[in-house]
Amino acid sequence: MSSGISSLETGLIYLDNAATSWPKPPGVAAAMHHFLDQIGANPGRSGHRLSVKAGRIIYETREAVASLFGAPDPLRVVFGMNATDGINLALHGILKPGDHVITSGIEHNAVMRPLHDLETGGVEVTQIPCFVDGSLDPAQVELSIRSNTKLIALNHASNVCGTILLIREVGQMARQKNLFFLVDVAQSAGVLPIDMEKDCIDFLAFTGHKSLYGPMGTGGLVIGKRIEPEALHPLRQGGTGSRSEREIQPEFFPDRYESGTMNAVGLSGLLAALQWLQQQGIDQIRSHEMTLCTRLIEGLLNIPNVTVYGPTEMSRRTATVGFNIQNMEPSTVGLRLDEEFGILCRIGLHCAPSAHRTIGTFPNGCVRFSIGAFNTERDIERALKAVNELAKEAQ
Amino acid sequence: MNSEFAVILVDSTSHAMRIEKILTMHGLTCKLVPVPRHLSSDCGVCVRVLKQDIEEIKTLIDTHHVIVRSIEVL
Repeated sequence: MSSGISSLETGLIYLDNAATSWPKPPGVAAAMHHFLDQIGANPGRSGHRLSVKAGRIIYETREAVASLFGAPDPLRVVFGMNATDGINLALHGILKPGDHVITSGIEHNAVMRPLHDLETGGVEVTQIPCFVDGSLDPAQVELSIRSNTKLIALNHASNVCGTILLIREVGQMARQKNLFFLVDVAQSAGVLPIDMEKDCIDFLAFTGHKSLYGPMGTGGLVIGKRIEPEALHPLRQGGTGSRSEREIQPEFFPDRYESGTMNAVGLSGLLAALQWLQQQGIDQIRSHEMTLCTRLIEGLLNIPNVTVYGPTEMSRRTATVGFNIQNMEPSTVGLRLDEEFGILCRIGLHCAPSAHRTIGTFPNGCVRFSIGAFNTERDIERALKAVNELAKEAQ
Repeated sequence: MNSEFAVILVDSTSHAMRIEKILTMHGLTCKLVPVPRHLSSDCGVCVRVLKQDIEEIKTLIDTHHVIVRSIEVL
């Protein structure tokens, strides 16, 4: 796969795709440039030709997102800044004091922080421990259900060690028990198949700038058909360009949750990214990434003083790989990889202390290599060579 | 006022976009225009269609479960 920008040109090896994917497909910047240069108007506000053009781009983006995730209706795609925005809308919008929510031991702070806040307001929270490889036993989730349980909130794939949670099993169980199911797909959208219907997802929080290859500042929440607008309180209220004669928030999708001018520039880029993704095929991207991931893990496991976290079977993980070199701080590894080898990755706790507790790396954290569609075998070989050199020094 | 047009009033631009897409797919003439002031004080758009297509449009709207506020003959 080629983005037009190769690591050969920049001299850098970018292995931080779980933080944000880079580079982006060539059409993304072009679409954003076109929007600013040729369209520029406020979507859904004025009704003149440029405003209508802007609105049409946003609508097309809704359709592309709906189609990717098997959403029931493009109008149930609510755009916001990112997955965090979507998660906050779902959690704060649906949970009331006295409700019980179940989550897992590998969650990102995007889920944990809103839950802790809600807990102080009287929401009960159960966090199910995961195994040391980050996996979750769906039976444990079922055992934790109480009479007041309203929601199960799960990360689809860990941003620390790549472990994939069995969302379909949990989703089907949640539906049988008449519970709502929220899935954070920040790390899985665009690489793993996701179907809101088959996976029984009521709230799907997504971000545009990671494995969907769009720009930052795009994402949101896709809302399933079991959720009525009156049951989900909006996080923000304000102008929507609709029902302007009324000073109360509209009650229909998506306007109820989309107050204020949208990031139309970003969404133009996201649309181009989703079209690129469809052309490539997410199966192809997944297969490319897992070929590289297999080589990376195999190479890391061959270094005697390196520990790799997460599952070693490729079918149970994404191409995000956490590891540590014994007797070398992750911060030192990260700095030296950047300065001496031009390898860019993320170290530390990755905004997910729970996940690090689960895999046994709290509070020091680990080094994370996260592979994207534009990485090459050469990138992986160079990264392995660099880790080898640092590991030899640490022995 | 006698014209060949009618307008479909909707709750939001997103709904208008959806209808536009469905009608275009079925080869029906339509255009998104600002809502005429005498119909609503809204600042959004509505879908202008040909009066002669109204019955076919009503069927399509039902089939696709699109929510419309009303269809007004101009």
